[in-house]
Amino acid sequence: MNVTQLSAFVANKPGHLQRVLRVLADENINIITLTIAETSDFGILRMIVNEPDRGYKALKDNNITCSTTDVLALEIDDTPGSLFNALDAFAQMELNIEYMYAFTEKRDGKAVMIFRFEDIESAKNALKEKGYNILRKIDIIGEDK
Amino acid sequence: MYSRDIETMPEKKMKELQLERLKWSVRHAYDNVPFYKKKYDEAGFHPDQLKSLDDMRRVPFLTKQDMRDNYPYGLFAVPLNKVVRVHASSGTTGNATVVGYTKNDVEVFAEVVARSLSAYGATENDIIQVAYGYGLFTGGLGLHYGSEKLGAITVPVSGGNTPRQLMLFKDFGTTVFCSTPSYALNIADYIEKNMPDYRIEDTKLRIGVFGAEPWTEAMRNEIEKRLKIDAYDIYGLSEVIGPGVSCECSEKSGLHVFEDHFYVEIINPETGEVLPEGEEGEIVYTSLTKEAFPGIRYRSRDITRLYHDGCKCGRTLVKMDKVSGRSDDMLIIRGVNIFPSQVETVLMEIEGTEPHYQIIVDRQGSLDDIEVMVEVNEKIFSDEIKVMNTLSKKINDKFRSVLGINAKVTLVEPQTIPRSEGKAVRVVDRRNK
Repeated sequence: MNVTQLSAFVANKPGHLQRVLRVLADENINIITLTIAETSDFGILRMIVNEPDRGYKALKDNNITCSTTDVLALEIDDTPGSLFNALDAFAQMELNIEYMYAFTEKRDGKAVMIFRFEDIESAKNALKEKGYNILRKIDIIGEDK
Repeated sequence: MYSRDIETMPEKKMKELQLERLKWSVRHAYDNVPFYKKKYDEAGFHPDQLKSLDDMRRVPFLTKQDMRDNYPYGLFAVPLNKVVRVHASSGTTGNATVVGYTKNDVEVFAEVVARSLSAYGATENDIIQVAYGYGLFTGGLGLHYGSEKLGAITVPVSGGNTPRQLMLFKDFGTTVFCSTPSYALNIADYIEKNMPDYRIEDTKLRIGVFGAEPWTEAMRNEIEKRLKIDAYDIYGLSEVIGPGVSCECSEKSGLHVFEDHFYVEIINPETGEVLPEGEEGEIVYTSLTKEAFPGIRYRSRDITRLYHDGCKCGRTLVKMDKVSGRSDDMLIIRGVNIFPSQVETVLMEIEGTEPHYQIIVDRQGSLDDIEVMVEVNEKIFSDEIKVMNTLSKKINDKFRSVLGINAKVTLVEPQTIPRSEGKAVRVVDRRNK
């Protein structure tokens, strides 16, 4: 399924990441998972949060450059080889993964992979052809189970 | 046109008027300022030798250093009790220099600013908000007196306090706004970030008068688009009089010099040799009517060219190009001459980048390094590193192809580069420090 990722531009300097986190904390927005891609000058903070639209507005109001993007969330078994099998679908369709990250916390025997594609719909079709059920809504926001 | 007779005077007649006034002005300086007498005597020049405009090339130059050496009143040509006002330059590139005005000088200053405002289409029916700093800087009081002379309602708000500027646009029905161009953009940014409900279209603002910093065509387009106004350049230097030495007209291409008060020449900045009309070089000013502070062949360090193009506005006054940079601001990086305005032009050509930039020059060992900091806004931000790297590379490639320099492009967070409410700090030079 599609989930909304919130991304922010952060200078690669002490205290700057914290500034972004403070804005989200003050707005009571919860970060479910995150990853940072870094260069020597700056980093791009990518986050799955419980309220991406409100998070976006809060960051923007605080002069933090940010954006929201649709990414693909896929639930896989938390067992050896399952990620390998999932990626097979993309490789066969020659779909390039721009970047990906994962989270396993609080999920019984399952992991959630987050993928960024140029064309998210093609990626979903590739999974369907491989027999993955991606229509099931994965409850990753406000986890209660 | 505010002074039609002067502004449309045939070239030949203007030259006669200039010669007549030059003779007075050079003699006035020679007779009343010991500095000029000493300098001219040493150079073997005497005001009696001035028989044609061509003879001006024999007159020694006046430099900014001469003004500093004679701080504060050493170059005044009238007794101090005839001086009614002083201004001092902002000292952007060194110690302040002091200039004085008699009652007549203040009158001339107001007149040339009124002519400029009129050239932009302003009339006595306008409400002119002056957001230049009021003080020793000539911008605030210069525009103020010019606006009053024109008969417009003059709003002396001075610089800074952006929310109040915006409130006055609405409450007072401001139609003309005067400030530095970087402050105009600062205002546009402020509206976008802090006042999403403020609609500039709902104000009566129609004309912007911008000067005191070099600015580019790209910046004009940006200001016009975002503030929904016609933006015009007003040019001047406190050493000559202040804003109103020259102004743009309806054509927005080149600035007409008020030649009845200022005689202009273009010289080769290396050799001091006078260049023919149309060639680019340093512009040199001679005051024709100033009493308190005559400036004879003042070397401005501003790079431009002079030309007559039969301007459609009807003015016959000589035109100068928009000043691309002050030779003092010029950076020499690994032997390449670069003006900050060129960096701005390159940045503005790249979709989405804003003219908020800062150039940092440093020396690593024996080599100069140039770093250009560019703020990342939402238009150019991507969640993918490769897109951001492509942007840096694109800017770097442009610098290399257009300016011939290899600049390190650093993408920085918004608001990292200090915003100006006066002159923007575009260059930080860490060499020799």
